[in-house]
Amino acid sequence: MAFLVNSNKHAEWVIEKCLFLSAISAIFFIVLIIVFIFEKGLPMIIDYGLLNFILGTNWFPLDGQFGIFPMILGTLYVTAGAMVLGVPLGLACAIFLAETAPEKMKNSMEPVIESLAGIPSIVYGFFGIVVIVPFMRDAFGAGFSILTCSIILAIMVLPTIISISQDAISSVPKEYKEASIALGATHWQTIKKIILPNAMPGIATGVLLGVGRAIGETMAVLMVSGNVVKIPSSIFDPVRPLTANIALEMNYAYGIHREALFATGVILLVVTFALIMVVDYFQRGN
Amino acid sequence: MISVNFSQKIANIMLWASALITIAILFIMVGHILLNGVEVIDLQFLLESPKNAGREGGILPMIVSSLYTTGLALIVAIPLGIGSAIYLTEYAVKSPLTKAIRYATETLSGIPSIVVGLFGYTFFVIYLGLGFCVLSAGLTLSIMALPIIMRTAEESVRTVPIGYREGSLALGASKWQTIRKVLLPSASPGIVTGIVLGMGRAIGETAAIMFVVGGGWRMPISPLSPAQPLTVHLYELFSAGIISTEIGYGTATVLLAMVLAITFTANWTMRRYIKKIMGE
Amino acid sequence: MNKIETRNLSIWYGDGRVLTDVNMKIKEKCITAIIGPSGCGKTTFIKAINRMIDLTHIARIEGEILCDGENIYDDGIDVVELRKKIGMVFQKPNPFPMSIYENVAYGPRVHGIKDRRSLNEIVEKSLREAFLWDEVKDRLNEPALGSSGGQQQRLCIARALSMKPEVILFDEPCSALDPISTSKIEDLIVELKKNYTVIIVTHNMQQAARISDYTAFFLTRGELIEYGSTSRIFERPLDKRTEDYITGRFG
Ligand SMILES: Nc1ncnc2c1ncn2[C@@H]1O[C@H](COP(=O)(O)OP(=O)(O)O)[C@@H](O)[C@H]1O
Ligand SMILES: [Mg+2]
Repeated sequence: MAFLVNSNKHAEWVIEKCLFLSAISAIFFIVLIIVFIFEKGLPMIIDYGLLNFILGTNWFPLDGQFGIFPMILGTLYVTAGAMVLGVPLGLACAIFLAETAPEKMKNSMEPVIESLAGIPSIVYGFFGIVVIVPFMRDAFGAGFSILTCSIILAIMVLPTIISISQDAISSVPKEYKEASIALGATHWQTIKKIILPNAMPGIATGVLLGVGRAIGETMAVLMVSGNVVKIPSSIFDPVRPLTANIALEMNYAYGIHREALFATGVILLVVTFALIMVVDYFQRGN
Repeated sequence: MISVNFSQKIANIMLWASALITIAILFIMVGHILLNGVEVIDLQFLLESPKNAGREGGILPMIVSSLYTTGLALIVAIPLGIGSAIYLTEYAVKSPLTKAIRYATETLSGIPSIVVGLFGYTFFVIYLGLGFCVLSAGLTLSIMALPIIMRTAEESVRTVPIGYREGSLALGASKWQTIRKVLLPSASPGIVTGIVLGMGRAIGETAAIMFVVGGGWRMPISPLSPAQPLTVHLYELFSAGIISTEIGYGTATVLLAMVLAITFTANWTMRRYIKKIMGE
Repeated sequence: MNKIETRNLSIWYGDGRVLTDVNMKIKEKCITAIIGPSGCGKTTFIKAINRMIDLTHIARIEGEILCDGENIYDDGIDVVELRKKIGMVFQKPNPFPMSIYENVAYGPRVHGIKDRRSLNEIVEKSLREAFLWDEVKDRLNEPALGSSGGQQQRLCIARALSMKPEVILFDEPCSALDPISTSKIEDLIVELKKNYTVIIVTHNMQQAARISDYTAFFLTRGELIEYGSTSRIFERPLDKRTEDYITGRFG
């Protein structure tokens, strides 16, 4: 019996260590990713010069020119466009779900949002190329463009913005709302003046996570952005976002060209970390 | 001045409209793809390999590749995710380490999948020498699925009432017995949801594995065979000029059907399970 | 015969003291009631007796608790064996989200009993002992959480009995129940003292007076103010504070 007890203690010890190892697996993977991406990309950035790299306007890998500024602009424009379209729609849905939707409507929106979040990005890209691109071509004369990209991305970031904003809005204390209504404010006035300001940190978090998703998205933008490396002059111009550049060239790049793609990965990683830090800041302010 | 009641009315209309637009977007998208897709899909499409440079034939090797890579990803991510959840809720005391773990999980889920793809390529394919294969893809996908499973599992283990733990420990059950027999079963609806979400993420992922799987239309047999999952296949159909829109619809439909089926089965089982446990 | 004895037992949560030098001898096969205002450390005290307090990491314990003459905080003590011997029933009924049968079979199972016949026997015996058998014998495989609160609490008692304990600790077992369920559980506890040593925390003075043989009165920071036979405590309290408390003039 005593022996049994001891062996159980041993087993419990081993189990605890195994659980510990699984718990630190996330840290392990992050460190591995940083090490391996930086190891390949950082020397290139240092050799080429960070400013030359991110502000250079010429991307001619065969001539050894690796300026990613047009692609940075590409990413920024499509992301900004996605937010302009996606935030108002998403926020309105969130307000609707948290405040005014009848129970039935709420229950039917839930699977809609889940499905939107679950649809693979390649399917969004596919839908873009077979439906939205031809439609935009007929309507504006430009199929593959910043605008098309932004429309697709706006749909893709909707679930993130809706669900996080909805949580933020629902967690505004009931008392605030009651107090405002008791003073004779309408529901809409209460939403505008009391609920939204109080939910702001949460909404900002949702928007920032949406920005992160848009910046990091690859397949959908790859299929509808047109992928032309040039500084765009209108929303109907094609662009090539950073992620698309990696996806397009990785298969045949070698040598310093390949390193430049990893260096692009370094930039994306740094942007991701910065965004997460800002999100953290907002959540702490909450 | 616009009257207060009038602006309330306008607001109501706008809120309803935005919800309806969102619903419409989903229905138009899914409807369009499925309606065009079902015309392409027949037994032959599901059970044959591509022919004529992908313009004809079926997508069986792609379906198998998707399931194979996703399966491997889950084999790695499920134990790690659940283990981590248990460690964080049942063993760890609040410390800089637990904070770092949470931060890492959050960051991991925010890293662009194309960057994970670059990592998968340098680490699994080149550094570990696994080559372009199902295994490399599975391991890369496990990184995508891991944070989702971790977070959902942790949340659901944490919401198990403290009384269950006390009740079990007071009967002289060990910590691990308590976890295995009481905590995990009680948390299982949430854990299953997490697994399913992770599965959806893995099966729908393209960018993370496009440099890792190798491609081709052969049926992947061993974990070291190259493969072409549905997502990568769909991309290939459009990456070098449009090869076949029909096959594209068919492939997208199969992919969508899998993802939606996964989501809804999970919801359904979860509801049934809760009913069974809670007694109506 | 003394079953449990505490010697200069003191407990802190971090820096806050919740029990102060408690010395108490608890008689075998009797019901001992612990009373006192809320927050005075009653729960802490009984959780120390089966070392459930180990789960609270910030708790620090000084002094001794002897069970059958052995200090339960000695290094050599097997907590599992201790908890088998000293069962516990909690304030809020906490059946597991499993069937009624599985709830009662849980304890024996985790201690290695697999044989279906023995399990059946234990389940039936425990449920009978907890006055629950007749009510549930036809629905043993239904979820425990579907039962009423009183039934759930008796199920938890049956679950504790399945371990064949020697001591059973009750922490305000009726505080979440209606009067009818409460009296059923009181009857049950009185019945249990034939075979078990019972320690019950209660905030209900009448309950203590009705069912217990001995009563201990605690005050803030877990000071044991008075301890003796229940009839004596309720009829002739020696301490002014005890009298104030039991006559409801307290605080
Ligand atoms: N886990 C804990 N951490 C810190 N303080 C605690 C904890 N549990 C209880 N306390 C404090 O210890 C005191 C005694 O608690 P308890 O034993 O639950 O009292 P009672 O059961 O008599 O109401 C209370 O002041 C309570 O706030
Ligand atoms: Mg208490």
